[in-house]
Amino acid sequence: MAVIICEAAFDPWQAVQNHQNSQLADGQYGATATFVGTMRDFNEGDDVCAMTLEHYPGMTEAQLEQIIDEAKNSWPLQDALVVHRVGEILPGEPIVLVACWSAHRAAAFDACRFLMEALKSRAPFWKKETLTDNSQRWVEKNTDGYSH
Amino acid sequence: MTVNVKFFASMRETLGQSELRIDIDTDTEQTVAGVWAQVAGEKPMPDNTVCAVNHTQATPESVVKDGDEVAFFPPVTGG
Repeated sequence: MAVIICEAAFDPWQAVQNHQNSQLADGQYGATATFVGTMRDFNEGDDVCAMTLEHYPGMTEAQLEQIIDEAKNSWPLQDALVVHRVGEILPGEPIVLVACWSAHRAAAFDACRFLMEALKSRAPFWKKETLTDNSQRWVEKNTDGYSH
Repeated sequence: MTVNVKFFASMRETLGQSELRIDIDTDTEQTVAGVWAQVAGEKPMPDNTVCAVNHTQATPESVVKDGDEVAFFPPVTGG
């Protein structure tokens, strides 16, 4: 299980590959579920050209580790990885990766969804957008994570 | 007792500070709301404020002890 907070741009697919190669044994898992959140260049009807992601060092890691513990207690997970960007971010860059490994797909799918939704509601990160006229605004709420 | 207080995001900007250390009267039990009153003065705590004590989410009624870190911030928007 790993939590990584990074200030530099990261490649989520490389992070999955690296974690799998270093932490998981071939043949021990049958399912990998991943979620990648990427920065858009639009929000609430406006063009967005950059974003600053602030976090609460120490609490962020503690909350994410707590959330992973809850997932481990609810599903038979082989492993989980959460990577989250902070600092200055540009459209097209990945913001977050959640990856879950398990023997069968149910646990990987469900735990991945749980981790992402719990991160969105409990991990102390805040987004500040820069619009094309150089004005800035805080994002004040999350969109609904479910489509129904 | 001494408490370390932190503010984040829009709350940090509104209050004009990110971190401060305060000394509080120890004759009575202290709560998160009491810490807010000491650092924000007359300014009421916004309804959507999230509080944390030692990196764990708390409530305005949560008790604060010597050496604790108390944080105030708006609803989180990561991911």
